[in-house]
Amino acid sequence: MNCELEQTTVYGYFDGELDAVRSAQFERHLEGCAECQTALVGIESLRTRLQKSNLYKHASPDLRERIRKQLAQAAGAQRDTAVHSRRWFLLPAFGILASAAAALAIVFFVVQPNTQSAQITAELIDAHVRSLQPGHLTDVQSTDQHTVKPWFDGKLDFIPPVTDYSEYGFPLLGGRLDVIGGQNVAALVYSHHKHLINLFVWPYREEEPSLGSSGSRQGYNWTTWQAGEMRFCLISDAASSDIVELKDLIHP
Amino acid sequence: MPEPQDRIRFEQLVLPHLDSAANLARWLLRNLADSDDVVQEAMLRAYRFFARFHGGDARAWLLQIVRNTCYTWLEKNRPSELMTEFNEEVHQGPSTSPEAVALQADERKRLRVALESLSPRSREVLVLRELEGCSYKEIGEITGIPIGTVMSTLSRARERLQRTLIAAAKEVS
Repeated sequence: MNCELEQTTVYGYFDGELDAVRSAQFERHLEGCAECQTALVGIESLRTRLQKSNLYKHASPDLRERIRKQLAQAAGAQRDTAVHSRRWFLLPAFGILASAAAALAIVFFVVQPNTQSAQITAELIDAHVRSLQPGHLTDVQSTDQHTVKPWFDGKLDFIPPVTDYSEYGFPLLGGRLDVIGGQNVAALVYSHHKHLINLFVWPYREEEPSLGSSGSRQGYNWTTWQAGEMRFCLISDAASSDIVELKDLIHP
Repeated sequence: MPEPQDRIRFEQLVLPHLDSAANLARWLLRNLADSDDVVQEAMLRAYRFFARFHGGDARAWLLQIVRNTCYTWLEKNRPSELMTEFNEEVHQGPSTSPEAVALQADERKRLRVALESLSPRSREVLVLRELEGCSYKEIGEITGIPIGTVMSTLSRARERLQRTLIAAAKEVS
């Protein structure tokens, strides 16, 4: 090694971790240093090999399910202790009344919101989960909005807006048809970092229950809105802030 | 224990990083059955400690817990692995068994074997940087080591991985 630069500087430059001054200094050095040039090529090739080899280990559906159950259990146990402790501090008869009232209140708040909208939400989550199974994600696979949009032509009685947001970190992967609440909907698939996001689009109907603007269930976050005559729903296991970011891109 | 509204926040902020948790644990423990158990335990711990999460980077916060749970598990079940950082050079180098050579014919397996031959501390910085895309600062936050040490560990880990891969390629040809 003739080059007296520290290896960490070369790596720091490659990783984009040097500040502007040191980065410029390194670039000047790089012009005349064959050793650093070779080193950079080596790191670059190592990264490409690692990323092309599909080494990332995603959580299996089985693990997801185990964790979902475990969280539900942990939350349930917590509710039980809360009821017990309340009973402890009150007169027994009044305590029973109070916990009965609490139970009623829970039933009222949880069950009362439109069961129809809960069902649509459940169908949207199911459709999202189904799309993650091998071979189900897209019927037309293209990152080109001009290929995806015409594909829907003639398959639906409406035309969904199709835009690629690659430059904002949400590349379009493709589209497919799906059925929600008994009607055909367009599904567009975007990716963001390692998460897949489904955008469902369908024409709004008067009798449709209101879905609320956003929510979370089983580890999936969704947000829904209406624009013109269309209803939109984004759903993903990505963070809700990422979903809102995509929503803002679609309808700023 | 967290309040019910915290469960919703937990599902929105922390659960989306389950893949990152699974990936880090799988690479630290090198075995799916064990790492799934450890991730499950780590998620429960994260849920219980959630009241202590005061905003910021939820992924780094979760990965910190996953990493600690992994190391506790390693200390208990495979303490010898944690010693390897002192004599990595000795343990290093691809195995020459016929089976290992056959495995290395496949690029993906070759990379996997090479990564797994590194010490846990070298492996974790590489996995966090190259597979998870973490910045040095995030790696420091997750592993609790200073940035300077992150840089030198990463630099050594990359060189070792490259050397191992070159040796493995020679063995195949």
